[in-house]
Amino acid sequence: MKVSAVITLKKDVLDPQGKVIHQALDGMGFKNISEVRQGKYFEIDVNENDPSKAKAVVEDMCKKLLANLVIENFKIIETQ
Amino acid sequence: MEVNEQIAIDHGLKSDEYKKICQLLKRTPNITELGIFSAMWNEHCSYKSSRLHLKKLPTKGKKVIQGPGENAGVIDIEDGDAIVFKIESHNHPSFIEPYQGAATGVGGIMRDVFTMGARPIANLNSIHFGSPQHKKTKNLLRGVVHGIGGYGNCMGVPTIAGQTSFDSSYNGNILVNAMTLGLVKKNKIFYSKAAGLNKPVIYVGSKTGRDGIHGASMASASFDEKIEEKKPTVQVGDPFTEKLLLEACLELMAGDSIIAIQDMGAAGLTSSSIEMASKGNLGIEIDLNKVPCRETKMTPYEIMLSESQERMLIVLENGKEETAKKIFDKWNLDFAVIGKTTNSKNIELFFNQEQVTKIPVNILVENSPMYDRKWKKSKLPKKNKIKNEVLKELKIKDVLKKILSNQNICSKEWIWQQYDHTVMGDTIQKPGGDSGVVRVHGTNKAVAASVDSSAVYCWAHPLTGGKQVVAESWRNLISVGATPIAITNCLNFGSPEKEDNMGEFVECVQGIGEASKYLNFPVVSGNVSFYNQTKEVGIKPTPSIGGVGLIKDYKKMISMDLKEIDNLVLIIGKTEGHIDQSLFARTILDEKNGPPPEVNLFNEKNNGESILNLIDKEYVKSAHDISLGGLLVAISKMCIKGNKGIKINKSKNLMNEIEYFFSEDQGRYLIEINKEDLKEVTKILDKNSVYYEEFGIITKNDIIINEKTKLTIDELKSYYTSWLAKYMS
Amino acid sequence: MKSSVITFPGSNCDRDMDVALKKFGFKNKMVWHDDNELPKSDLVVLPGGFSYGDYLRCGSMASKSKIMQSVINFAKSGGLVMGICNGFQILVETGLVPGVLLRNKYLEFICKNVFVKLDNKENAYFKNLNKDILEFHIAHNEGNYFCTKDQLKEIKDNNQIAIYYCNSEGKIEDQYNPNGSIKNIAGIFNKEKNVLGMMPHPERMIDESLSGEDGSLFFKNLLNNIK
Repeated sequence: MKVSAVITLKKDVLDPQGKVIHQALDGMGFKNISEVRQGKYFEIDVNENDPSKAKAVVEDMCKKLLANLVIENFKIIETQ
Repeated sequence: MEVNEQIAIDHGLKSDEYKKICQLLKRTPNITELGIFSAMWNEHCSYKSSRLHLKKLPTKGKKVIQGPGENAGVIDIEDGDAIVFKIESHNHPSFIEPYQGAATGVGGIMRDVFTMGARPIANLNSIHFGSPQHKKTKNLLRGVVHGIGGYGNCMGVPTIAGQTSFDSSYNGNILVNAMTLGLVKKNKIFYSKAAGLNKPVIYVGSKTGRDGIHGASMASASFDEKIEEKKPTVQVGDPFTEKLLLEACLELMAGDSIIAIQDMGAAGLTSSSIEMASKGNLGIEIDLNKVPCRETKMTPYEIMLSESQERMLIVLENGKEETAKKIFDKWNLDFAVIGKTTNSKNIELFFNQEQVTKIPVNILVENSPMYDRKWKKSKLPKKNKIKNEVLKELKIKDVLKKILSNQNICSKEWIWQQYDHTVMGDTIQKPGGDSGVVRVHGTNKAVAASVDSSAVYCWAHPLTGGKQVVAESWRNLISVGATPIAITNCLNFGSPEKEDNMGEFVECVQGIGEASKYLNFPVVSGNVSFYNQTKEVGIKPTPSIGGVGLIKDYKKMISMDLKEIDNLVLIIGKTEGHIDQSLFARTILDEKNGPPPEVNLFNEKNNGESILNLIDKEYVKSAHDISLGGLLVAISKMCIKGNKGIKINKSKNLMNEIEYFFSEDQGRYLIEINKEDLKEVTKILDKNSVYYEEFGIITKNDIIINEKTKLTIDELKSYYTSWLAKYMS
Repeated sequence: MKSSVITFPGSNCDRDMDVALKKFGFKNKMVWHDDNELPKSDLVVLPGGFSYGDYLRCGSMASKSKIMQSVINFAKSGGLVMGICNGFQILVETGLVPGVLLRNKYLEFICKNVFVKLDNKENAYFKNLNKDILEFHIAHNEGNYFCTKDQLKEIKDNNQIAIYYCNSEGKIEDQYNPNGSIKNIAGIFNKEKNVLGMMPHPERMIDESLSGEDGSLFFKNLLNNIK
């Protein structure tokens, strides 16, 4: 079963990349933006058929490796 | 919110300190004021446990332009040029988030240097990790190395030297010490002392967010229940913005707009504004609504305590606001006039038209606490008696193999290859040598720098250890042909509230002071990092010493690689066979007790100066100091780097060969000279009463230790180069 | 001979390139990314560094900056444009040269000397160079050159490969490939050979005290070819 997770910097943590991408887009004429934040997206194929179990495994991965909870949040977004 | 003693304690203040605050203010501080006191009176800003002892360090000298007390130290390198340099720790953040912790450490120290008007020209670092077997070590090492590289490489400043060690005492508390050197014209150095009334105070760089606001402070918790989301305690570094900030600041500094400038490092706007006011004996007034903020609804408390990176505070000449703004606009950086200097001698903060803080500046600075902590003196441990039978059973080749591949000796190429060490086009000695060397751009001069620490010696006997680190830094500069000028120190210790740890601190500082005084090698900047401990156990005392020296003609620089077959190698300094606390004793004999090798400062000075004399007369073809691992390790490195062998003479020394080859007696070097110069060289050495031995003659490709022991350079290389890369793969 | 070096926010080898070009006789001008017009030039250099912090994709944002339109026009009219390291990354983002530069295979920044073999001397950059193997210096995190099979065939057919990573004898093998580049490619041309993108930094090897001197050969030869 495939589980997707999105890791983002916590709300108040500076996102230097997002900031510069925002500036570049603005310079190119995309004026209608209030903020850009960049994150990471993972697709993990878990050998598990039970969606809730698969999610739990990925959640564990996020906590232990994929995200650093000091500065990042994670969200399990879908399973298929 | 009402402030009370408990809230003060939650801010890390002691009960007495809180009482003193109320007394001095003649009232209870409000929460913003309490935050300001807690930041200014904490160990990092006030040096309250260390100040008393740091005062004893020699900080003056003919070449010293600026000693401790400014953003960084400054030394004179002649012709109107000066070098600005400092080392600083970023230990705790690097343990929590190794990449960002290390990156912002590098960013912070570079800011300290360019704040003074100097363009950074070299970075160094000293990093210490737990045992390689510890489960966290590998990831921490990788994260820290990537973080240091990520920031330094992006800034375009070469990382030219460093030191890496592993010891289980760092298992729960790694050390990341970053050092930067900058180049400035002597008459264009900028200081943090504000001057003049009603001068505009401007804020430049990144916006202020809730980065690094004291995670532990409960008072801020009550601002919002969602404390976890709100309180990132590790800042994220943005090297790109810092690069822009560097260029913008240097552009502004080329003119005459700036009166004073200070980077916002620890305790951000609080310490930068107060320090500028305090040094100028002025007051300062800030309208917090004008501070560029990244988040909405930031409170005065948060704005004042934020540790967002890549920001500077500047006091400008009147009427220069537009000129300055144009430059920061060009570099796409925030610029805001946030206040002015006053004659009130108070720090006054306004928010939504209300005064939210009014504190006399001198209360925060001069009246900050200073403690004479209790400390315990260390005795010199008794020497171990190592039985001759034990030594006789050992094979030199086996021992050498083990020591060369030991994690604390082996090649660190895996690390420094990830640092851009050649950008700026002036690196003439890369990492892996005794010191890194960069040319002073466009001149014949070069600056050498090295960073050293010997935690094992400091742990065994802090006084000796302190002296030894300074002596080693001195030797590393001499070995590349540089005249040592001054040092910066990063003092990493356990808790000052524990007598043992405090004793280690006091005696290491004493040792550093003695050596730097004797060698005329003053301390011009530095930083103290206490509370490096897990639960109750402190790390091994680890003062890191960053030394800087000058090479007047860069073409006379010396490196350690053996140059020519049939040249002779001399040992300078006497080998006494001191095995205790050597790498040999620890790894081969598993013996952890005993005294460290003695440091004889007369010999250090005499040997070093004599070698400089020989280098100046162009007798020395290659040189290397003999330190960790001893004689055979030193010559092995010279052979590996030069891709040549050596036939070692039978020593006239009567001690056991193992003791001869692996002891770590101080004050020693290996130098390569031409056969024909032997007479002249020994004449000079004799005249200066320098002890020397003829060690061997350079050969094509084998290292021949005695009749029975011979190794090829390839063998040596494979022992020396494989451990780290294998460990990390 | 006139050259222009473009400074983007985050460029950090712009000064080094300026020093090198001047040392070998170019009259060099520094050009700001936000300018509209290139000064009259015989050579335009996009230097190394971390333009826009290398954020999003290396070179992506710099390729959209104001000056790049005139650089592109200059290249299309046959002018010499050379991109080094980050400059190469910017060139691929503009599409002036084909392919992309991925993160190094071993996921680490690499700073070291490498050998490169010239593949094509029928161009202004390498013509008359009396050596086929040069010792250059690399310092990058994203130098892993990649292109599709069709593109590879096309650039081979058009002799667009400029240099390959190799050993000191010129052997082009996997073990001498520092970053995982397809076919050991270290630098490529556009079809017309007036645009060159390469990862190595010749400007870091311009005197005997530095990592080597093959950069001097390159610049001297380049100047002579342009004259």
